[in-house]
Amino acid sequence: MSLLAVRGLEAFYGDFQALFGIELDLDAGETVAVIGANGAGKSTFLRAVTGLLPARRESILFDGGPIGGIQAHEILAMGIAMVPEGRKLFPSLSVEENLRIGAYRRRPGPWTLDRVWSLFPRLAERRRQPGTSLSGGEQQMAAIGRALMSNPRLLLCDEISLGLAPVVVRDLYRALPGIVAEGTSLLVIEQDIGQALKIADRVYCFQEGRVTLSGDPTTLTRERIAAAYFGA
Amino acid sequence: MDWVQVVIQGALLGGLYALFAGGLSLAFGIMRMVNLAHGDFIVLSAYIGLVIVQGTGMHPLAAIPFVVAIMAAAGYLLQRGLLNRVLGDDIMPPLLVTFGFSVIVQNLLLEIFSADTRGLQTGRLLTASLSVGAGLSIGWLPLITFAASVAVIAALQLLLARTSLGLAFRATSDDRTTARLMGIDTRHIYALAMAIAMGIVAIAGILFAVRTTFDPAGGPARLIFAFEAVIIGGMGSLWGTLAGGIILGVTQAIGFAIAPGIGLLFGHLAFLLVLFARPQGLLPRTRMEG
Ligand SMILES: Nc1ncnc2c1ncn2[C@@H]1O[C@H](COP(=O)(O)OP(=O)(O)OP(=O)(O)O)[C@@H](O)[C@H]1O
Ligand SMILES: [Mg+2]
Repeated sequence: MSLLAVRGLEAFYGDFQALFGIELDLDAGETVAVIGANGAGKSTFLRAVTGLLPARRESILFDGGPIGGIQAHEILAMGIAMVPEGRKLFPSLSVEENLRIGAYRRRPGPWTLDRVWSLFPRLAERRRQPGTSLSGGEQQMAAIGRALMSNPRLLLCDEISLGLAPVVVRDLYRALPGIVAEGTSLLVIEQDIGQALKIADRVYCFQEGRVTLSGDPTTLTRERIAAAYFGA
Repeated sequence: MDWVQVVIQGALLGGLYALFAGGLSLAFGIMRMVNLAHGDFIVLSAYIGLVIVQGTGMHPLAAIPFVVAIMAAAGYLLQRGLLNRVLGDDIMPPLLVTFGFSVIVQNLLLEIFSADTRGLQTGRLLTASLSVGAGLSIGWLPLITFAASVAVIAALQLLLARTSLGLAFRATSDDRTTARLMGIDTRHIYALAMAIAMGIVAIAGILFAVRTTFDPAGGPARLIFAFEAVIIGGMGSLWGTLAGGIILGVTQAIGFAIAPGIGLLFGHLAFLLVLFARPQGLLPRTRMEG
């Protein structure tokens, strides 16, 4: 059974419809990538899954139960955590406090401060600094660590490569398989598809609020992906 | 005229102003909300204290925990039931709603208690003072008030810096949406912040009422003093609020010593001076830091 099953999900900003009947499945232990151009609706999709945007109750199923439209703080407590686009560290909290706030709901599991420090040793050295004083790559590590502190069953990552140098992106992506190995399923969203396709078991391409392609990235040709991505 | 005595008395009065301002500062720091009924809630607390003291015969200071409990509960419900619904990107709705509350509270108090001035009697405590040598003496009541103010601000600071709840307050203050993604029920957090703010209002109300007489129309003046203390000290900085209260108290006391009619004016002038020279306040901190 799917850990996350999305069935005919629609999402709106006022009168503007941003998602049109999204269908998506993610099994426990899987890594799924969602790719798509600017404004395709990727972040909107994550906002609906995390409860920041209203959704029809039955259009999102988590572990078999309908969760569409449930309050964001309750969704987190159920085990879905997000690394938001732009990292969104809390500016008046230190690096360590940013991680601690991730554990606010005290969900039990393998992830603790010490585990995050060993996953990202550079953060440990800067634990007392304000989160926003870190470099972009370190901030992204802190944002991932903060989400892990809730011991999620499903981790959603919104464009973790955004604005980072390729070597930094490579380092971040190297950390992801270790997270999956600890029992967290992963959904990564990217515009820059190179890294995402390498680690994904399955890929979905969004365009203008619809899924235009899905499948195993090893069997999809570059041409088909390009067509689905750009609508060529 | 003994100026040392004047400054000390002004500084102790400043402790009361810091208590007036503490709840306002907290609510602004966490929710970016300005409560225009703040002063009226201070006066309301004084009347609740009066009712308890008259009903039970207990000492006014002993009534503080009860008034705190009542006001904190009312603050939670007010925020959860009403103010959360009007908080948003637009700052006007909460201003209008709390202004409405200001009018309602004043009129209710007038209806129930009439316009007569009231007081809370503390007996010997009112005049008891501590002689500290060199001809100086400090009243026990102002001293207790000042100590309460320092204790309240230190406790708030500890709460914000050291506890999980404080962390949630600061995170919510920084970025409410991301705070929700951390599993924080921000409506509950806002209501708790208001409960704490109103608890401080209750302490301030009783300590105000044992110092001077009060009547239903006294709220707006208390609100002004609270505003001035917050802005002199710097928005959202708790120790700054204490410093702001002390500066306000001292300048008022100096003004009163020069001529009784210009005490309050002196305080307002100090406020304008700071606003003019340092609009960000003396210890500015736009976020609730620990
Ligand atoms: N807060 C908002 N209010 C109104 N419209 C919005 C809002 N946020 C996004 N949109 C619109 O919804 C559509 C989808 O936006 P979304 O942010 O989900 O795209 P995205 O795929 O995440 O893009 P990007 O790769 O640039 O992050 C776009 O047309 C965008 O303009
Ligand atoms: Mg996006």
